Amino acid sequence: MSNSRLARVGAWMAKELYRGKSTSISRAGYVQRVRNLHLQRPFEQWSSTKFSQGPMIQKHCYLSTMTTNDTAEEGSEPKTISVTFVDKDGEENNIKVPVGMSMLEAAHHNDIELEGACEGSLACSTCHVILMDVEYYNKLEDPTDEENDMLDLAFGLTETSRLGCQVIAKPELDGIRLAIPAATRNFAVDGYVPKPH
Amino acid sequence: MAIFQARTRLFRSFSTLSSKPLRVCVVGSGPAGFYTAEKMLKAHQNSEIDIIDRLPVPFGLVRSGVAPDHPETKIVINQFSRVAKHERCSFFGNVTLGSSISLAELRELYHVVVLAYGAESDRSLGIPGENLKGVHSAREFVWWYNGHPDCQNLDPDLKNSNTAVILGQGNVALDVARILLRPTTELATTDIASRALAALEESSIRKVYLVGRRGPAQAACTAKELREVLGIHNLDIHILEADLLLTPADEEELKSSRIQKRVYELLSKAANTRHAHTGLDQRELHFVFFRKPDCFLESECRTGHVSGVHFEKTILKGISPGKQIATGTGQFEDIKCGMVLKSIGYKSVPVDGLPFDHQKGVVPNNKGRVLRDAKGGSTLLEEGLYVCGWLKRGPTGIIATNLYCAEETVFSISEDLEKGVLASSLPLQKPGREGLLKLLYDRNIRIVSFGDWEKIDSEERRLGSLRNKPREKLSTWEELQKAFME
Repeated sequence: MSNSRLARVGAWMAKELYRGKSTSISRAGYVQRVRNLHLQRPFEQWSSTKFSQGPMIQKHCYLSTMTTNDTAEEGSEPKTISVTFVDKDGEENNIKVPVGMSMLEAAHHNDIELEGACEGSLACSTCHVILMDVEYYNKLEDPTDEENDMLDLAFGLTETSRLGCQVIAKPELDGIRLAIPAATRNFAVDGYVPKPH
Repeated sequence: MAIFQARTRLFRSFSTLSSKPLRVCVVGSGPAGFYTAEKMLKAHQNSEIDIIDRLPVPFGLVRSGVAPDHPETKIVINQFSRVAKHERCSFFGNVTLGSSISLAELRELYHVVVLAYGAESDRSLGIPGENLKGVHSAREFVWWYNGHPDCQNLDPDLKNSNTAVILGQGNVALDVARILLRPTTELATTDIASRALAALEESSIRKVYLVGRRGPAQAACTAKELREVLGIHNLDIHILEADLLLTPADEEELKSSRIQKRVYELLSKAANTRHAHTGLDQRELHFVFFRKPDCFLESECRTGHVSGVHFEKTILKGISPGKQIATGTGQFEDIKCGMVLKSIGYKSVPVDGLPFDHQKGVVPNNKGRVLRDAKGGSTLLEEGLYVCGWLKRGPTGIIATNLYCAEETVFSISEDLEKGVLASSLPLQKPGREGLLKLLYDRNIRIVSFGDWEKIDSEERRLGSLRNKPREKLSTWEELQKAFME
C-alpha cells in the first residue's frame, strides 16, 4: 500500500471522525471536554514525586510468593536475606529480601530502578542483573533454555548474568551482590544491536 | 563513572531550573515513543509531554506487530499505560504528522519534538514480478492478522495453493510462518483478528518455505522464536544437512555470537530429528539456505497471479567473519507456491521538512539529535528536533532496544538543555498542548484521548470474553470510530 494512500485514508478518517461529532458539540462543549480530559487523570495514584523515585511498577505483587512467605514458621533458616543492588552509577543499595521473593519484585518493593517490561513472565530481558561474585552465581540453578533465550538479548551480557525475575531469594544467597548493567553505555559504545523481534 | 556523575548533576540541576513547563511532543506511541516519554518525565520535572499517533489506538507495534500468540510480550502495555496516565503526559490519537499537522507547526508549538513514528513501509527487492497478486510484504500480513485498520482488506489468498514461500529468516519471517502453520485451535484463544482467524481456518497452506540468502550460521532470528516454530504440533521440519556444514569463517562468527551459536545449534538439532508425522493435518516447514530471489513467476492459468519464485543459488564471500556476503553462482532453482511473503525489512518514511538518509532509511542523527544535512559530514543540528527508535537506528531490535535508545535520546536532550543549544526557544513560552488542541479543533480533527482508548479497550475485552479471547480487536476504522464516539 502506498504511503500517499495511507495519508489519504488518515485525512479521510479525520474528517469522518469529526463529522460524527461536530453535529453534537459546540465549540464551548469541545473546550469543556478537553478540560475534563485532564481532570480524569488519577492524580492520587501517580504523584510526580513517586514517579521520580522509582520504577513505574505499581507496588503490588505479581507473584504470590510474598504472602506465602509471611506465614512461614519460625525456624533455623532466616526469613529474609541481605541483598545489595549496585546501580548504574555505582551506588549501593542494601535491602532485606524475604526468602521466596524474586530479585525483580524485591527491587520494585524497594524503589530500585530495575526495569521489568514483561513483569516477570520470561518474555523480555529488561531485568538483567549481573551477579558480582561467581560463588553466588554457582549457588543458583542453571538458567533454563527459556531464560537463556532472553539472556541472548540482554545488553552487556556477562558470564554471571541472570534475569532478576528468575533469581529467587534463598538462605544460601544471603549477602548476594547484584549489579544493574549500565545499558546506555553498552548501547552507545559497542553498538550492540540485538536481532529483530 | 565521571559521565554518570555528570549526568546525575545535570538532571538535578534541571529539575530545579525553572518552573516554566518544557513542552515536549513525541510523535508515535509505540515502544520508542512511550519509553521516550517515560524517560523525559523522569529526567525533567518541568516537562509536559504530549504523545500523538496517527491511529486512534496507542502502543504501535506492541499492538500491531507482536504476534497474537505472544501475550507475555504485550505485558509492557501496563507500563506504557501508567506513563500515559501520568499527570504531565497526554495521549492524542488520530493525529497524523504530515496531514493533521505539519512538522513545522509542531516545532512551533513545542520546545522539543521527538519523532518516534517507526517504519511503516517496506524495503523492496526490485526484481521482476514483485507486483504480482499473491506477493505481499510480511508487514502487511502481520498487520492483517493483528487487526491493524490499514490492512483489513488485504485478503490474502490462502485457499488456492498448499504452499507459501517466505523470503527472509528473521523473527518476523518466523512469526508469519508460525501463524500459517500453527493449528488454528491454538490461535483461536489469542487476540488474533477474527477476520484473519476465519481465513486461516479455511487455509489450504500445508507447506511453508523459509528462504534465506545466507546460511544457518547467519540466520537473523532469535532462539526463542526458532524454538517455538520448531515445536509446532504435527509439523515436519526439513533442513538440508549439507547446508549445515560450516566454513572456518562461519565457525569464527559463531564463536563471537552467543545468539547465532544457539540458533545454529537449534537448527542442527532439528535437522537431525527425523519425525515422521503421518496425521491427516500434517504440515511441513522447509528451511532453505543460500538462495536469493531472482524473479517471481507468473501463473499460466491465473493471469497476474504468482505461481512461484525463481531463485539463484548463492555462496558466501568476504574476508572478515560477520561480513560474509551472499553472491550468486549462476545456478537457478524454482520453488512453486501460491503466496509469497517478503520479510526483508521495514522502511521508514520521511515527512515534509525532515532530513532523511534514503540510503540507510533513517533520519541522520547524532545520538538522537536530528542533523540538518542528510549527507554525512554535517554537524548542524535541527534545533529542538530529535528521533528515537526505528526512525533513528533502522528497523531492528526488540522492544527493550527502544528503552536504551530512548535513554540515549533523552540524555542528548538533557545535554542540549544544559549547554544552551535550545537557548533561542527555551525562554519563550510555547503553546504546547493548548495550541495543539486548538489547531486540531480548527481543522475539524477529532482527537482520541487516552480515556477514549480505554473505552475502546474495554469494548475489545468485552467482545473478546464472548469468544474466549483476551480481546477482540476493533480492526476497521469504522468500528474504532464507533467505539470511542459512543
